Amino acid sequence: MDLNDSPEQAEYRERVRTWLRDNAADAPRVRGEGMIQDEDERVAAWRTWQRRLVEGGLCGVTWPEEFGGAGKGPIEQVIVNQELAQAGVPGPLDFIGVGMMGPAIIVHGTDEQKRRHLGPLLHGDEVFCQLFSEPAAGSDLAGVTTRAVQQDDGSFRITGQKVWTTNAQFSAYGVLLARTDADVPKHKGLTMFIVPMDAPGVTIRGLRQISGEAEFNEVFLDEVEVGADAVLGQVGAGWTTALTVLMFERLAIGTAPIGYSAERFAAAIADAPGAREDSAVRQEIGRIGTELIASRFNGHRMISELAGGGVPGPEFGLAKVTMVSAAVDAGDLIGDVLGPDALDHDDEWGYMISFLPGLKSAGGTEEILRNTIGERVLGLPPEPRLDKGVPFSELRSRQEA
Amino acid sequence: MDLSLTDEQEFLRDAARDALRRTDTVAAAREALEDVAVGKVPTLTDLWPTAVEAGWPGLLTSEEHGGAGLGLYDALLVAQEAAAVLAPVPLVSVLPAASILDAAGDEASAAVAGGELRAAWLPVAPPSDREARWTVDPRGGLLRGDAPTATVSGDDVTLDGEVPWAPDAPGADRLVVVGVDADGAPVAALVDAADAGVTVEAVTRYDATRPLGHVRLQGAKGRRIAADADALARAWFVAQAILAAEATGVAGHLLPIAVEYAKERHTFGRAIGSYQAVKHHLVEVLRLTENARALLIYVAWASEHAPDQLPLAAAAARSGAGQALDVATREHISVHGGIGATWEHDAPLYFRRAQLSRRLVGGDADATDRVAGQLLGGVVPA
Repeated sequence: MDLNDSPEQAEYRERVRTWLRDNAADAPRVRGEGMIQDEDERVAAWRTWQRRLVEGGLCGVTWPEEFGGAGKGPIEQVIVNQELAQAGVPGPLDFIGVGMMGPAIIVHGTDEQKRRHLGPLLHGDEVFCQLFSEPAAGSDLAGVTTRAVQQDDGSFRITGQKVWTTNAQFSAYGVLLARTDADVPKHKGLTMFIVPMDAPGVTIRGLRQISGEAEFNEVFLDEVEVGADAVLGQVGAGWTTALTVLMFERLAIGTAPIGYSAERFAAAIADAPGAREDSAVRQEIGRIGTELIASRFNGHRMISELAGGGVPGPEFGLAKVTMVSAAVDAGDLIGDVLGPDALDHDDEWGYMISFLPGLKSAGGTEEILRNTIGERVLGLPPEPRLDKGVPFSELRSRQEA
Repeated sequence: MDLSLTDEQEFLRDAARDALRRTDTVAAAREALEDVAVGKVPTLTDLWPTAVEAGWPGLLTSEEHGGAGLGLYDALLVAQEAAAVLAPVPLVSVLPAASILDAAGDEASAAVAGGELRAAWLPVAPPSDREARWTVDPRGGLLRGDAPTATVSGDDVTLDGEVPWAPDAPGADRLVVVGVDADGAPVAALVDAADAGVTVEAVTRYDATRPLGHVRLQGAKGRRIAADADALARAWFVAQAILAAEATGVAGHLLPIAVEYAKERHTFGRAIGSYQAVKHHLVEVLRLTENARALLIYVAWASEHAPDQLPLAAAAARSGAGQALDVATREHISVHGGIGATWEHDAPLYFRRAQLSRRLVGGDADATDRVAGQLLGGVVPA
């Protein structure tokens, strides 16, 4: 049992550290204290930083070398993420493109799509966003109603609304899931597209969250025209492409450093008068701390499996459930101990308390995660479904009836 | 980073499983419960010979002092297997005793590790950030008692005091007692259980597979064990880790049984496991059990590489695994419906074990409190 690096991993880590020592001073401040306030300036500086990371082999770590990546495995990605966090510098501007969309293009894209998109994406010149969720299709993602209708000349016209789109406001492209055939069951009539965000008919609007910040967007598409060469994967096989993206999403989130920790929450209340002597506070921080320590070691276990060549399975969702629930409880406790000041907009805990209710639904709601784990890990039978084998168009008319 | 079991660890676990299979320990637990119900002293199959044959009393003792010299995680693997089948193997009492003797290089170490002497450690808790004394569990209530007093004269130690709820004390040949001297410093002594100053009141409470004793020391004579305070504190954390492993073993054993039943049992035309209300509860048991397993890995790692984190790791494991055991045993009953709450089913046997275990050797709540104390004191988990 060894938490330490293997000799090869240790050598890789040292190389990453050396690079960061030489380059970290040029990293932009993109969040927290000293952050570049103007968004355009911030994005421009972050873009430059992403290019530097690519040159150093710290961005596109798991991308094959033929596409400009470092050709490493997930364990090296974990090491890079840990060292970036340790050095206090940001990762790439376009973590969604580099972590999920680029890898999906590598799997499903045509040679021309790879040639056109992968280089600018990796270097931060063209940021990619994910246009999957809709106001009425989140947990039931295959129920998207955004329509892509093929024209006589082979091009498509796309109309609909997407939501929860991180980075849409400065993205060059979006990877969009749309329905191309409503007369087949819902998973079968979907197609994935690469859509230019500056195309006529695309409207982007910030979505203000509890905290007052707008970290997500709504994206409206009105008769947006794209060529047949914008299809990613096969027409009608959009669900397959979506599953690839979601697999890379798990990997990207799974290897990302976790910001919520037992020691951080404990430190927040340790010096508050009376807290250390209060039995109720102690039981609660002890319980929350135990959950988060367990979560950390489950992370170590997952990394151990990745190093052994595995991929994160659906049980990985348990980590999210544990993390979010523990953080919600910690927010309540810290607020109770520190008082109303903890709710201030500029307070780190105020921000966390505002952020968490939304996080509960992000990347799979707790209920959906428990369903998936119950069915795929424990092997429990699924709930009977009313939509199985039913053409999507009939499904909708049933719902409306 | 490699957290997989070694071949030797897999062998040890499988061998434990096989050794325990020779006796129907679950049936024995049921018979013991039935004995208690009719007012008889429960007759439990004594698994001590099995334990000795397998070398379990000496798992943690260094080879130099007559043991197998294995790591704490190896002992936790055995504890998980034993608990899963409700086998009354006295690991929680003998391993802390053996670890104290080993740390001191005591002359009795080899005999205890080899099982020729059956030793039981009496649970005496080290101080925490909240409690400056060495303490014992109270018979009842929330006020912890003083550790026995130890009067030292050369190698001879005279002990006075009471240690309630000591696992496996009845039947032990030797007691490893931690007392405090006039300055409040801890002193360990090896005491013959037959000494005139020792009274062991055997008690059976709720879980008939867990022998307990209230141990009274009235001028009990013992021989000093030259272990330092760190070794005596470590014994407490070893016991916490073993109880955590036992809890994890039970939770991990019950979950697949409940899952299978939820697939077979139908209501309103479909398997109950298809209902989210049932499914989500079972996933919660999985979540807590996986967390408990992760915490056992933390214990093992801390024990080997970062002893200063063992108090946090062991307390977190006890707390987290205790939570898993609580939820798993209750959920086991709920999934099985009314029958799960009757003696027709094995579920109550596990429920009884869970209810008693969470209140022994400091209890789960003390462990949770120690996690808080460590974290608030600035300890950073690995």
